[in-house]
Amino acid sequence: MIKNATVEAAAYDIMSRAAIDIPDDYLKGIKGMIDIEKGDLSSFVLQTMVENWEAATEDRRPMCADTGLPRYFVKAGNDARIDGGFVGVEQALRSATARATRDVPLRPNRVHPLWRTEHNNNVGINAPEIDWSFEPDADWIDITTVHKGGLFGSDYRMLFPGDGIDGIKRFLLDTLIAFGKRGLACQPAIVGVGIGGSKDTCMQLGKQAACLRVVGDKNPDPKIAALEDELKELGNSIGMGAMGFVGSSMVVDCHIEVGHTHTGGMPVSVHTFCLSSRRATARVFADGSVAYRTDPQWFTPYMRRETVAWPSPETARSNTA
Amino acid sequence: MAQSGNGPKQHRLSLPATADAIAELEPGSVVYLDGIVYTAREGVYQRVLGDNQALPVDNLAALTNANFHCSPAAAPDGAGGYTVGGVTATASFRFSKWMADWLDLTGTKIVIGKGGMPRQDYQNILAPRGAVYLTTVGYGTGALLGRGVTGVEAVHWLDDLGIAQAMWLFQVENFGPFIVDSDLAGNSLFAQQGDAINKNIASLYDGLKEPALHRYGETDDRKNEVI
Repeated sequence: MIKNATVEAAAYDIMSRAAIDIPDDYLKGIKGMIDIEKGDLSSFVLQTMVENWEAATEDRRPMCADTGLPRYFVKAGNDARIDGGFVGVEQALRSATARATRDVPLRPNRVHPLWRTEHNNNVGINAPEIDWSFEPDADWIDITTVHKGGLFGSDYRMLFPGDGIDGIKRFLLDTLIAFGKRGLACQPAIVGVGIGGSKDTCMQLGKQAACLRVVGDKNPDPKIAALEDELKELGNSIGMGAMGFVGSSMVVDCHIEVGHTHTGGMPVSVHTFCLSSRRATARVFADGSVAYRTDPQWFTPYMRRETVAWPSPETARSNTA
Repeated sequence: MAQSGNGPKQHRLSLPATADAIAELEPGSVVYLDGIVYTAREGVYQRVLGDNQALPVDNLAALTNANFHCSPAAAPDGAGGYTVGGVTATASFRFSKWMADWLDLTGTKIVIGKGGMPRQDYQNILAPRGAVYLTTVGYGTGALLGRGVTGVEAVHWLDDLGIAQAMWLFQVENFGPFIVDSDLAGNSLFAQQGDAINKNIASLYDGLKEPALHRYGETDDRKNEVI
């Protein structure tokens, strides 16, 4: 039985880890880009960012003061038992958000959309968002927090089957160029591309692809993985680098997620996760122990299942035996 | 005072900055600040310029002439002061409509933020008033800038406007880096770099087939800026 207090403490911990410590995969990706960046200003910006991340970790202060919109992605093992139930988890995540906002401190960005009123703790109506997913044959729960800015760098377009891959490239270029000028997208970024589903799923897939997959990760479908590489190269060929200065550092990595969609359409979304790429994950085990990491491991084979049934590993083994 | 070495030319500037010191700044060089900077964004602009309330600080320009478009990650420290963690700018072009009146009222000569101002503002608003624009780097060197804040001189309208929109006066030391965007002639680094990149943009679309349907609101001019 997982205790609610354990969930709350783990969620509180990942809030400060996400805000302060740059994930290793992203840091390595940026260092690799510095090596090949020929634009002097773009290169200066990236080197300064590396110094900034070092300062954040040394001082235990947020790497970026726009600490974004803190939110959570929870993956619950099918056999996980929590003493406060699912509602207890949601309550714990709200409590952790408010405590971390005061203690780290995070910027209390969350305001009512119309009245601009706030509680100074990043908690409010539909905030923080909690996305749920599940995992068969597991008794742990994974809590991931992502702190992402929200004004620039993401877009949606309804394309049609006839637009094909060219249409996706066109849309990606349009988005990166428009939001890349003056660096509004806070590039170089992990770019997530959602393809298919319905409009809202399409946005969600692209967002999760940008925020919940690490630099270097590949889609298991080899043809999609090849397209990921192609889109990354396309983004880095624009001639634009950090802050919209002349250069080549636009896309640290490109991740694509797909969902079966309406036969007449091909909705596409593009999301850019910023130069701070704040994400952190805690796995809370059934015995109450907690392990921390920066790879959310969100897109499991179960998440990408394609057919009616999902065979558990045991079933799959016995079927092939 | 300018230093040379590897990378961009670097300046260290005392606030309030003198006209001579500001005149030395060239687009693309790097600046660190000492003294006091103040934050003001739409909440403060609306109060003072929209609702005609008095500035909460007498003779602001004698104290500081640098307006930072910033909302800090700050919280009360429980002892009557404040903990300032990270400090990062917000996108400045949204405040374009306020800037002429604000510079006139406050005597501000250095505007610091993210992303610069609309292209025409450098020539029409900033340069004629002896003002330049400095951009933060990254964006989001929140930790480096946070290190440069040595104390909170004062904070105004905190209860009414909240932490993000309140008017903060920060004591700063070696506060930076910032990159000089515009100079007193109204030249802009962002504009220059954007023009250079725009030359190659059309060729990126060579060979891609036309869209099946042109979507409402889609622009064909990719040289346009979001701002």
